[in-house]
This record gives sequence, structure tokens and C-alpha cells, in this order.
Amino acid sequence: MSTGVARAPIVAQGRPLPGRRVLVWSGFALVFAIAPLIFRSDFSVSILSQVAIAIVACLSYNMLLGQGGMLSFGHAVYSGLGTFVAVHAMLAIANGTLPVPTSLIPFVGGLAGMFFAIILGYVTTKKAGTPFAMITLGLGELVTAMALMIPEFFGGEGGVSANRSAGKSFLGITYGPQIQVYYLLALYAFVSTAAMFAFTRTPLGRMLNAVRDNPERVEFIGYSTQRVRFFSFVIAGFFAGIAGGMAALNFEIATAEVVGAGRSGLYLFFTFLGGATFFFGPIIGAVLMVLGFALFSEVTKAWQLYLGLIFLFMVMYAPGGIASLIMMNVRVAKYKKLHRLWGWYAGLVAASLVMLVGAAALIEMVYHLQLGGAGEPTLGYLGVTLDTTSAVTWIGAAVVFAIGFVALEATRRRFALAWGAIQMEIESDMTFKEPSPVDVPADLPEHGAAASAEAGKP
Amino acid sequence: MEFFTISMLNGLSYGLLLFMLSSGLTLIFSMMGVLNFAHASFYMLGAYIAYSISRFTGFWPGLVIAPVVVGLLGALFERSCLRRVHKFGHVPELLITFGLAFVIGELVLLIWGRTAVEFPPPEVLRGPAFTIVNSSQTGLAIVAGKADAAMCSAADAAVRVVCSPFPATRGFMMLVALAMLVALWLLLTRTRIGLVIQSALTHPEMVESLGHNVPRVFMLVFGAGSALAGLAGVIGGSTFVTEPAMAATVGSVIFVVVVVGGMGSLAGAFVASLLIGIIQTFAVAFDYSLVGAVKSLGIPISAGAADNSLLKLTVSQIAPILPYLFLVLILIFRPKGLLGTREG
Repeated sequence: MSTGVARAPIVAQGRPLPGRRVLVWSGFALVFAIAPLIFRSDFSVSILSQVAIAIVACLSYNMLLGQGGMLSFGHAVYSGLGTFVAVHAMLAIANGTLPVPTSLIPFVGGLAGMFFAIILGYVTTKKAGTPFAMITLGLGELVTAMALMIPEFFGGEGGVSANRSAGKSFLGITYGPQIQVYYLLALYAFVSTAAMFAFTRTPLGRMLNAVRDNPERVEFIGYSTQRVRFFSFVIAGFFAGIAGGMAALNFEIATAEVVGAGRSGLYLFFTFLGGATFFFGPIIGAVLMVLGFALFSEVTKAWQLYLGLIFLFMVMYAPGGIASLIMMNVRVAKYKKLHRLWGWYAGLVAASLVMLVGAAALIEMVYHLQLGGAGEPTLGYLGVTLDTTSAVTWIGAAVVFAIGFVALEATRRRFALAWGAIQMEIESDMTFKEPSPVDVPADLPEHGAAASAEAGKP
Repeated sequence: MEFFTISMLNGLSYGLLLFMLSSGLTLIFSMMGVLNFAHASFYMLGAYIAYSISRFTGFWPGLVIAPVVVGLLGALFERSCLRRVHKFGHVPELLITFGLAFVIGELVLLIWGRTAVEFPPPEVLRGPAFTIVNSSQTGLAIVAGKADAAMCSAADAAVRVVCSPFPATRGFMMLVALAMLVALWLLLTRTRIGLVIQSALTHPEMVESLGHNVPRVFMLVFGAGSALAGLAGVIGGSTFVTEPAMAATVGSVIFVVVVVGGMGSLAGAFVASLLIGIIQTFAVAFDYSLVGAVKSLGIPISAGAADNSLLKLTVSQIAPILPYLFLVLILIFRPKGLLGTREG
């Protein structure tokens, strides 16, 4: 992608087909609108509400990670403090001391997040890169420790709780039923997503990308990288606070855990898994985060270990996340070469399944032993019974794992060659033919293509 | 006086333990530009592996074997994972060590369980190394080992005698850390591999073109840094407590140390480790609060203010956050760190 010819179409698509964009956004809004009509149970509506919150949180995090190259380990500070202030605002509404409708609670949280981002961000954004990451970590620890020291505001161990339906009802909307809350949260999620996308198109958003890619050059043309980072940090803090306020409305409680390092780590994990190099990547990550907590944690107790392992593999083999995997294949499909990869994909999936079955059997057996196994030496696993006392089971699981690993590695190496060949063909097609305007999907910042091209070489 | 001496020694020993960790972290950082988020996890791993070994063979073999195992694991990680993401840039490098820290944390939960394990120091190190006896009659005296009961209790009620023991584990910690410090210094300045490492810090291409295998040097440094963390873990785990939270407890503090000392400065890391070790140890011992300070100045305060939890906080209660406050102050007033040379 480094040749001028190859870059030209990307620059030219600064204003892509407007119809396409309208289609994408109305589709997004439609999904929000009809999702609770399809998944009607209380449980699903509560899951959907959490998805709406997570989308805003992950997108605001990606403003730092993906667009600014700032690896923050303390993003939950801003969403969490937003939650706390929002809960206090809800309490004040219930007292009648705050004349604000309940619908504006997320906005209150946003202002709180912004306020704390201004104060703490001044220190944080003095540096970039690794020192930035460490300072955010330190500040996150500081705020978490403070949260337990000031019980007046943070409520100590038990947290602070409020009642969202205590305000005056408006047109029959009391926010008592979860479905009303869901639609409010969906509205906030949609507007925030649109606003954050619009941010990527502002001069500040563009400068932020420049600061990420080449800070030295930005300084030379007269911008202060520190100031660009600071303003972006404040805006990211605002949207994190909105997510926090949405969480306050949804859960009606704030505990010290919401500002903690664990929460910050989750934002990082899932934003990255979804794909930090694309605007829509964190949305995928957010959906995965909520589903992971709600569903996978039911399946296995060791799911966080699997999550960590998946994360390690993604960093090594697909640093662009799921979004980049999708977009790379979309690109291959555009050039009608996807059919040549199906066989490889089938092989990769089969090999990784074998490996996964072996690894998971080992992990589950260790976990079974660790938890005492309820006095039983056996456990049910994928329809078979594993005996943790017999050496055969352990060796068998290890052998399955080893076979899967070797097969996967062999397939992956050959696949990498095939993939590289296809990418070469596409590159040469682009150079010699007049490229089509939809060469790079419209709704992406242009770095996505470059990053995915790099990520395509495993 | 004896309070000061004992607290100072405790602070120094804790600071030296921090330095055992931050030295490896700094060395890895200045060499590869990677901040190893899993460094504290290697510390934890060292403690747990030594615990498992000590159940079969006792403490001492564990002290030797566990760091070696941790070092090998570190080298393996560098070789198979870190090197692979090096071409993607700094953020993926940070992320992969962060992911490793997460996975190690989960594995420790998986293998050794959620509660703390019993990992006591060996018999020799259980008592005090020496005891300071402060008697209002005879003055200060230092007794090796445990002072006998007769010395610590005065026959005459008018004579005040205070015995302050200094734990042998703390002394051992200082001893190992100092030995390690000297060995590291000798290795870096007096040996051939040390010279290669030093030059690879600043001019990796030049070193490579002179025929040295720089990636292998990186792997060695990463492995050695992890081994040092593992050694610190064996000592720290037996002195304090071996639990799944021990990585998080010490992890963020050593990052503070590295930033406060100046990114990539070994001397800075040493100064900052000692400073933070001493500050934290002394802070824990002080029970003063703002309310108390104002009261002792003779200014009357209302009942409401006296009950305010922020004003009521004692120095010992805020001890855990002092390193982070220190970090913020350093960043505002001296952004490159105490002995750092570069602004990052």
C-alpha cells in the first residue's frame, strides 16, 4: 500500500457514496430498534441494554487506542466516576433537589467523565507511548484506592444505589420497565456512536491520527501533540462518562469495582479483540464482551483463561482484531478470489478445533481437580466422561492437543503462503487497473487498509 | 531511635526487593523498548513454583530452581511470542505482555487455587536476625538473634526496656538483593557479554554487524530479567504472602518505580526503589491524620469536620496510594524522572 498509485483511491474516497453511508447507519439504527422485538425475554432485554452501554464504552476507549495510539489502562476511571456522579444525580432527582429529567442522567455522567478527564488527563497526556500507559495504570490504582477511602461519596464496599423511576414520569415513561430503559440507552448509544464517528472526520480527529502515526512530523508543522492528545482524551472521557451514566440508569448501583483496573482491562481486551484499527471494530468487541459474560461464563468456569489465550493468539496473528479479519476477506471477495481460500479456512478451523478440544480437556480437568471436583474424580466433557485419576485421559488429551497444534501450525504456514500470493495478485490488479471506488469500504478511516495489509502477513 | 532504625531497615529491605524487580524491568525496557507488563507475574510465578518445589525438597533447592524455571519460561515467551509481534510496533508488544500477565494470573488461579498458600521461610530465617535493646538505664545495645526474655524485661519498674527485633527474612532479602546488585553490575561492566548488552542498548545495528546475534542477546536479557523477578518472588513470597493478588500488589508499584526513576535508567530505578520502599514503610507506621494535626496545633474543630472521612484519614491509611501520588508529582515537576535522561 505504500505506492502513490495504490494510495490514490483511498484519499479519493474521503466522501464516499452518500447512499451507502445512509444505508449503513439506518441499518444500525434498525438493529437497535427491532432487537428487543425479536429477543423479547427480560433476560435478553437486559443483555441488549448492556450491549448498548458496552458499545459506547468500547468506542470511547478506541478513540484513545485505535485513533490516538494511546494505550490506556485506566479508562474505567472515567466511565466509573461517571457512574458514581450519575447515581448521585439520580438520588438528587429523587430528593427533588436536582431539576433534571431522568432521561438526561447519561449526559450528567458524560459531563462528570469529561470533568475528571480534564483534571487527570492534564497529567496523563503529558506523555505518549509506554509512559502514557504506565501513568494511566498508576492513576487508575490511585482512584480505585481513593474509592475505598472516601465512603461519603463512593459508599465504601456496598456502593451507592439509587432508584431510576423516582423522577417525574413524562408521557407515561417512568423508566420502571426495562424496555423503556433499553430504548433510552439505545438512543444514547446510537447518537454517541454517530457523534464519535463524526469526531473521526473532524480536523481534530484527523490530527489525532497524525499524532498516532508520526508525532514528530506533527510537531514540525506546528501542532502541539500534547494538546491534541489532551483534547481527544477529554472527549473520550466524555463518552466514557456517558457510558457510565447509562450503566447507572441500567443497574441503579455504583460500586468501587466500576472504576477498577479489572474493568479497564476488559475495555482494552474487547476493544482490541473487536478490532482497534476500524471504527466499527469495538462494536463487535462490545457485543462479545456482554455475551461472554452472560453466556460463556455459564458454560465453563475457566472462561477468562480461554479469553486470555484467545487474546494472546489475536495479538500474535491478527493484531487488527476481528474487524480486520472481516475486512481483509471482504477485500479478497471483491476481487473474486475468496473461493480459493475456503479450503484453507476449513483446514484451519478443523485443526484449531482439534487443538481446542485437547487444550480445553486439559484445562477443565485441572480446574476440576482444583475445585475439589465435588468428590467426583470424573467430569462430563462434550458428552464423554473424563476420569481425572487415570493417566490415559491426561495423555490422551495432551496427544489430541499436540496433534491439533502441529496440524494448525502446518496449515497456517501453507495458508500464509497462499494468502500472500492472493494479496500480491490484488496489489498488482490495483496498480495496473483503474481501481473501483469501493476498493476500500467506505466507513473506515484510511489507516485500516494499511494496517490490515500488514496484519495479513502472519 | 530503635523505631527509626528498624523502620529504616525494613524500608531498605522492601526497597531492595522492589529493585530486584525493577532492575529487570528497566533492563528489558531500555534494551527492547518493551515495558513488560508480565514482569510482576513472573514474580508471582517464582513464588508459586518455589512453593511447589519446597513441598518436596525444602526451601533452598526451590530458591535456586524456581528462578531458573521462570527464566526459561521468560526466554521461551520472548522467543515464541514477543519476537513475533515486534514488527507490529509498540502497542501490540505492550498488549502481548498484558495478555500474558492475564493468562499467568488465570493459570495461577487454576493450578494453585484462589486462596493464599502456606509458603513459610526456612527454619533458619524464622527468628529475628538481631534485636535492638533500648534500656533507659544502659542505653542502646544490639543483640544477635533473639534477645532473651530477661534482657527485655526490667526487674525495676522505673527502668523502661524496649526490644525491637529485626526479622531474619528481611536481612536475607537485603543480602540477596545486594549480592544480586553487585553481580549485575560486575556482569554489565566487567564481562564480554555485559559489554555486548550495553552496546546493544544504544547501537543494536552496529552490534549486529559486528557479528553478534542481537535477538539472542534480547532473549537472554528477557530470560535473565524474568529469572531475577522469579528470585525476588521466592524471597518476597516467603517473607510476605504467596497469593494470587501478589502480582497486582507489587506490579503497579514497580511501574511507578520505573517512571519515577526515569525510564530506562538503572541507577534511577535503584534510587526510586529505595525511596518508595522507605516512604511506604514509614507511612504505614504513622497514625497521624489532618484532624489530629489541626487539633495538636490547638485549633478547635467542629464535630462534623472531625468526622469527615477525608480529614480523618491517617498517614498509614493512605500509605498504599503514596507511590501513585509521588508518580503524579514527579510527572508534573520533573517529567523525565529522577535520574532519567530522555523525555518520552
